[in-house]
Amino acid sequence: MIRIENLSKDYGKFRAVNSISFEVNDGEILGFLGPNGAGKSTTLKVITSYLAPTEGNVYVNNLNVIDDSMEIRDMIGYLPELNPLYHEMNVFDFLKFVSVSRGFDTKRFKKRLGEVIELCGLKGVMHKDIRELSKGYKQRVGLAQAIFHDPKILILDEPTNGLDPNQIVEIRELIKNLGKEKTVIISSHILQEIQATADRMIIINEGNIVANGTIDELMADFQGKTRLTMEIADTTKDAINDLKKEFIELNITEIGMNKENVSATLEYPNHRDYRKDIFNYAVNNKWAILEMSRHKTSLEDVFRNLTVEGGKHE
Amino acid sequence: MNKIAIIYKKELKNFFNSPVAYITLVVFLLIGGWFFTSTLFLINESDLRTLFQVIPIIYIFFIPAITMGLIAKERNDNTMEFLTTLPFDDKDIVIGKFLAALSLIGTALLFTLVHFITLTVIGTNLDVGALLSGYLGLFLVGGVYAAIGTFSSSVTNNQITAFIISFLIIFLFFMMDKILFFVPGFMTSFLQFMSIDYHLSNISRGVIDSRNLIYFGSVISFFLLISTRILEIRKWR
Repeated sequence: MIRIENLSKDYGKFRAVNSISFEVNDGEILGFLGPNGAGKSTTLKVITSYLAPTEGNVYVNNLNVIDDSMEIRDMIGYLPELNPLYHEMNVFDFLKFVSVSRGFDTKRFKKRLGEVIELCGLKGVMHKDIRELSKGYKQRVGLAQAIFHDPKILILDEPTNGLDPNQIVEIRELIKNLGKEKTVIISSHILQEIQATADRMIIINEGNIVANGTIDELMADFQGKTRLTMEIADTTKDAINDLKKEFIELNITEIGMNKENVSATLEYPNHRDYRKDIFNYAVNNKWAILEMSRHKTSLEDVFRNLTVEGGKHE
Repeated sequence: MNKIAIIYKKELKNFFNSPVAYITLVVFLLIGGWFFTSTLFLINESDLRTLFQVIPIIYIFFIPAITMGLIAKERNDNTMEFLTTLPFDDKDIVIGKFLAALSLIGTALLFTLVHFITLTVIGTNLDVGALLSGYLGLFLVGGVYAAIGTFSSSVTNNQITAFIISFLIIFLFFMMDKILFFVPGFMTSFLQFMSIDYHLSNISRGVIDSRNLIYFGSVISFFLLISTRILEIRKWR
């Protein structure tokens, strides 16, 4: 289990992470979501003991990152942001180096190598120089080094960044498979990424945690309203505004003219569907509804709300 | 395997995977060979003294070139983050890298033994003891310069900057003995004791004094220690 208590990290005067606390349970895939520069990588760097916390504590299986750094490093497989690799080495030499660094002898290395090649799909590139590999293969090598010692905890910082859609799907599959038996923290600035892989997500913005929960929980908390986009003929703006008087819960967020027609965006709470009422009202007033489309608040909106707009309000 | 040995092997392999090692060895031999043979054919006489005088000068340019990438390149490529999150102590990394650079320098020195063989074949009367201690001296000076180079490489992520910094520090150490004439009297003995040449000349004469050995050992340790500290600072900055 990873436990983070009031972690803060300053770079000079800039506070990158501001007193955050959370836990990651064993066997869980945690998505760490936030815009660029939100403090995701910084947090991960503290957990992997590349950086030391300015304030607060980080415990991995009740060991402290400052005092028991070596033991913690043994437990963690880490794929840093930008996937740094020794480009002048070939894949075999690189993995060999990783394995001896992790204390493997030749026999164990050979045994594990076969498994890792299978898992990461590295067959056929073992004797190529890393610099010659495509980005997707480099990413696989990065994952291979992270999982080589079969760590209990896997920390992946933006693992699909810069990959093409096919490669992204492959890497996601791989992460999901690995997540079956490991604790995984995966960071990303792309919501779909986290949605596709994680059990639970933490949204972080400007160094603060703004949301923490399963995807369903987050949806329930923040999805308050349904939005209706309409285009109506044979009416006026004022007439549309009168809708508010008829239906008190209704809110008109946008209204404009589109040639002869009025286009409007309406909002109402989820607990009641107003579409039928609006339709009947329009018929009674002899309006012609040209278009009506419903748009439920998506997780994307939640994320934007929390990170972009939420950030501005503070 | 010992942690330092793992880093050492990786770095040494890296030297020989890239042109660095070969260029260094070839140019080292070319320059050394030229100084050795020019007198041999000109006046039909030669000894290793000229070679021993010229090697410290070659060092000034070559050791910064060998060491400039040790840490700066890893920083620049972000591989330092990968390396320092593996179970290595920062000091393992510094020492392993330093020893790899020193081995390359040692190899270059070994190759100059070819001149020694030439001399024995020609049949000059050679003082083997003085020769061996001369080599020991050169090796130790190489160690000091390599430690300075490691330090310079740790303060920046730009290899060129690392080269210039180590060149300047090495040059300072190299000149210390030569500017004694210009410094006020009370400083001369201190500067002399700090200078590389003073200790090297003792050893080259065949006198291996513990004071000289301690000097080389402590300068090397000093620079490696601050390199390690600089690596550690990243955590707290």
